Amino acid sequence: MTFSGELLAFMSLALVAIAGGVLLLNLNKVVHMVIALVFTFVSIAGIFILLSAEFLASVQILIYSGAITIIMLFGIMLTRHSETNVPKTGRLRKLLLFLGILGFGFAFYIGIYNLDFGQEAADLHVNNTEQIGIALYSKYIIPFELTSVLLLATLVGAIILAKSDDKKEAEKE
Amino acid sequence: MSSVPLSLYLALALILFCIGLYGALTKRNIIIVLISIELMLNAVNINLVAFSKFGVMPSITGQIFALFVMAVAAAEVAIGVAILIALYRNRNTVNIDEVNTLKN
Repeated sequence: MTFSGELLAFMSLALVAIAGGVLLLNLNKVVHMVIALVFTFVSIAGIFILLSAEFLASVQILIYSGAITIIMLFGIMLTRHSETNVPKTGRLRKLLLFLGILGFGFAFYIGIYNLDFGQEAADLHVNNTEQIGIALYSKYIIPFELTSVLLLATLVGAIILAKSDDKKEAEKE
Repeated sequence: MSSVPLSLYLALALILFCIGLYGALTKRNIIIVLISIELMLNAVNINLVAFSKFGVMPSITGQIFALFVMAVAAAEVAIGVAILIALYRNRNTVNIDEVNTLKN
């Protein structure tokens, strides 16, 4: 592993991503947490570019830091949040969880820390979008269609869940 | 040969996954729990794309899987926010530990 511009870019992007995640855990207001996570999503898009997945990087910015963040902000605005932080319950539970997750992370790190298959795809960045399109519409056409069915079901389900129940409210009044 | 080894990408994804897992299990606000789950899905996406470049058989398939994961994640967030709003209308709360009707 030699020092190079790619490593420098990876390190700075990874630093921003992890800093966003840590801020998510430590900030108090909900809006600030969501904004902190936008930094993580954008730097993950940068990581995708380093991994020669340019199309996925643009989709990441569009979907995550665009759509999902806006949906979350709508969710925040439509509900009321207590400004003060949560009460101090369950500190022991938090500590145990932290230790458990630390153990989980360590166990996985042992498995991956010098994993290397010794080969690298050379042609992924050449016409990346075209390659994805060809594979998506030839090899993976059935999962693609199933995804469209899933999105339709989601649309209907979200509308039915979120629409106001007129009959029940009329009974209440 | 790329100068950033595969294990660094996997380590970054592991750290992000752990942060997301901790947030999803400890936070009390439903929105933060949802967005922590998004962070975990994103970490998985990093792994998929990293293996599509450095895996045993490098190919475009990993990126296509990441695309499908993104589609499912977006659908999940839409349903999650819809459930959140329905819940807020009925129980007037967004805290996850006040949603314990089944417990009694």
